[in-house]
Amino acid sequence: MAAPRTLARLAARRSALVPAVVRPAVFARGLASVTDSAAREPVSKLAESIVPDPARKVVPESQTSTAKEPDPSKEAKIKTFHIYRWNPDEPSAKPKMQTYTLDLNRTGPMMLDALIRIKNEVDPTLTFRRSCREGICGSCAMNIDGVNTLACLCRIPTETTKESRIYPLPHMYVVKDLVPDMTLFYKQYRSVKPYLQRDTPAPDGREFRQSKAERKKLDGLYECILCACCSTSCPSYWWNQEEYLGPAVLLQSYRWIADSRDEKTAQRQDALNNSMSLYRCHTILNCSRTCPKGLNPALAIAEIKKSMAFT
Amino acid sequence: MARLSGLQRDVLGLYRQCLRAVREKPVESRGAFRGFARDEFRKYAHLDRKDFGTIEYHLRVGRRKLEAYSEPGIKNIST
Repeated sequence: MAAPRTLARLAARRSALVPAVVRPAVFARGLASVTDSAAREPVSKLAESIVPDPARKVVPESQTSTAKEPDPSKEAKIKTFHIYRWNPDEPSAKPKMQTYTLDLNRTGPMMLDALIRIKNEVDPTLTFRRSCREGICGSCAMNIDGVNTLACLCRIPTETTKESRIYPLPHMYVVKDLVPDMTLFYKQYRSVKPYLQRDTPAPDGREFRQSKAERKKLDGLYECILCACCSTSCPSYWWNQEEYLGPAVLLQSYRWIADSRDEKTAQRQDALNNSMSLYRCHTILNCSRTCPKGLNPALAIAEIKKSMAFT
Repeated sequence: MARLSGLQRDVLGLYRQCLRAVREKPVESRGAFRGFARDEFRKYAHLDRKDFGTIEYHLRVGRRKLEAYSEPGIKNIST
């Protein structure tokens, strides 16, 4: 009694191993318009028709892998990376630079690839933030060779004689290794109320419409990903972090001041109208120079200043 | 009492804030909160007074913890 059921189950299990070419026939069974006759056959029968060769050899990875091994004929390009290390579990120990060497032929083109490779293969204790690896999340902002940028958008300089130095964002408290404490930055961002504020309902009761010209004002503002590269490159922000909002947050502030749908423009400007929040910007322009997304926070700050001067 | 340095005043200020925050908690768990705050300070009391970086780090962590544990939703604490 139990024997045929076991057999069927065995057959069913074997069908799970059916190579991909035969699979469509199995899946086609559930469809209403079944045209091929093989699809009408029960699964068990189909499975019986395929007899796997027990003596079949395992396909070596070199034939299945799509990732190419680097050409061994090319000589290794060894690059040295000095990376800032600090461990909060030993707070009395001073931060130090740790040196890693990687063969560039076996590493991806970007700094983030190198960091990930170091973490995977050399030192799993290395800590950094990363997420999207394509410059849209802003997690991997750090100071690479003296410039604040996103590690995922920064190519590794190919000349191997120069050594790369990687630090966390300057003048931020360090949580661990390359991870800065962004609490204050996010608090400042919250303080500019980065959301649409209006009391009157939309005229057509559905959407707040904008003209093309009004929308165009937001270009170069909405792309900001809040990586904090610009704020932490600003000397004025270094010395007055508590009071000065910094280029990134002011750019966001201007994004809502410039928005035609927002009705609280005056209140937003009022909130900035003191000596510290906005006017600590001395047009040093480090922010525009360093922005990894190619935005111009200094221009946005100048626009805020202008709009406040002429109202 | 000797004149205190700025850092010493910061630490004492934080300790004071912690003890004041205890009063916002329900009466039956105040003892636990007070004990926790005292233990946290006692833990690092051995630090060298010249070790500014470390003390400042612990001050920052302490302020963060104070902010977290002062949430009115937190009713009791035990370690």
